[in-house]
Amino acid sequence: MQSHFDQTVGNQSKIGHCRGVQLDFDLRSGPKSSSPPAAVPEVFRVVDLTRKIRELLEKGVGDVWVEGEVSNFKRHTSGHYYFTLKDSLSRLACTLFRGQADRLGQKSLGRLRDGVKVQLFGRISVYESQGNYQIIVQKVQECGEGALQAKFEELKQRLSGEGLFDPKRKRPLPKYPRRIGVVTSPTGAAIRDFLHVLHRRQRGISVVIYPTRVQGKGAAAEIAGALRALGVPASLGIEPVDVIVVTRGGGSLEDLWEFNEETVARAIADCPVPVVSAVGHEIDFTISDFVADLRAPTPSAAAEILSADSEELLRHLAQMSSRLSRSIGSRLDMIRQGLEGVLRTVLFSEPARRLREHQQTLDHLSEGLEREVTTWLQTRRLTLERIAGGLRFHSPERRISEAGHFLEVSKNAMWQRCDEGARRIRSCLEQKAAVLGALSPSAALARGYTLTLDPAGRVIRQAAALKEGDLLVTRFADGSVRSVVSPPPDGGGR
Amino acid sequence: MGQKSEKPTLESAMQRITAIVSEMEAGDLPLETLIVRYEEGVGLVKFCQEKLTAAEQKIQIISRDATGAAALTDFEEPDA
Repeated sequence: MQSHFDQTVGNQSKIGHCRGVQLDFDLRSGPKSSSPPAAVPEVFRVVDLTRKIRELLEKGVGDVWVEGEVSNFKRHTSGHYYFTLKDSLSRLACTLFRGQADRLGQKSLGRLRDGVKVQLFGRISVYESQGNYQIIVQKVQECGEGALQAKFEELKQRLSGEGLFDPKRKRPLPKYPRRIGVVTSPTGAAIRDFLHVLHRRQRGISVVIYPTRVQGKGAAAEIAGALRALGVPASLGIEPVDVIVVTRGGGSLEDLWEFNEETVARAIADCPVPVVSAVGHEIDFTISDFVADLRAPTPSAAAEILSADSEELLRHLAQMSSRLSRSIGSRLDMIRQGLEGVLRTVLFSEPARRLREHQQTLDHLSEGLEREVTTWLQTRRLTLERIAGGLRFHSPERRISEAGHFLEVSKNAMWQRCDEGARRIRSCLEQKAAVLGALSPSAALARGYTLTLDPAGRVIRQAAALKEGDLLVTRFADGSVRSVVSPPPDGGGR
Repeated sequence: MGQKSEKPTLESAMQRITAIVSEMEAGDLPLETLIVRYEEGVGLVKFCQEKLTAAEQKIQIISRDATGAAALTDFEEPDA
């Protein structure tokens, strides 16, 4: 941030310089400087002239820091911001584009309010369609912020060099403080938030407020004084506190400035009681945060850190209490058992009692026996029942039906096989029959052959086997005739 | 610790209770010690519970008179 400050100074001289550039610019020279000056003057189109002016401004002025008061601040529906920066003598149109506004963040954006003096960093340019020049805003800071930042960095470095921020210096905070000192404004939001959270989390914590101013010149001295007084409570005549919280709500760098003063830093470092610093919001860091034993991001967070959840503690206590009882209870049980053992031994060693004891033991035993028999019977019955259950599972009915089923399946399979075999045999037979058919005598008869049989039905194969008068049966295709062998016409010979 | 510390804090009491419980659970304390510890533990638990459930949350503010002498008065919260 030191650089911002330097830049501010640097840019002021730059503006002065570029004014010279503008003066040097000769409008009459026009775009074509080669044309003779005496000829018809060059005429620009408005757009060309505007563009030329824009280029000159952007080149000649460019990036600058400028300081003034914000007015007419508006957010357009497009998300861009438009406003005017003015002082008593002049005004400057300002545009902050949406993307840049997002990058700037809420803190910078929050500074842009009507009537607030700010420093802007941006590029001077020309809005061509209107012919207006304007600054395209890139950074926003409050006036004097640069100087304050520089001072902040200087002190931070110096104290850091002294080892004031050394983690080894940080003292542990009491885990369950019962009495908290708070250095803050009694009317601020910080104390309200702090007490609210504290009360919600845990009752029974006392708070002692040491009221101080928390901003403006002189506040630092008050804060330092409060820390010194609370650190040595005897000086106040009050009971000591377990921890001290230095706090205030959010604000601008200037608002928080008193917490960046060396006197506060020293008072925190020297305080004999641990100190928590909760100044501003999460993003704000002050020197007091660095020196304190703990930095809380907000006043509420400080309260949260310092007050353990009482519900949780009570649960823990209940647990501890039951463990206490259990551990003594188990020991007492052990002792009682031991005592009973001893007592029994003592009784047994006395003869008079022993008889009684024996009697008792006998009774006890017989009672036990009875009980045992009953139990035994009961056990047996249970076993029987279990066996019966098992038997049911293995019953013949079940096995028969299983076997029946198996048979059925086997039978089916068998039949299927048989069918298949029969079919195969039949088709084989049919084939053979066809072959046989072709060879059968009736086929030959149909072709005109005849078959000659003797009366007994035997086939006559040789003529020589016949003699005159033998009876012949000649079978034709369509029937058979009987005939008798007649004598040969001339002494036989065929 | 363990001796009659005049005024235990919640923190020291919690620590002591934890120590007592683990000592007792270790199981090698003589009976008398065990009973003494038990009573101490129960007392401390009660003390912590009372502290934690105390209804009153005392908020005070320091004021100083013209001579610089400090005084504590009850703090009235500013209206929101």
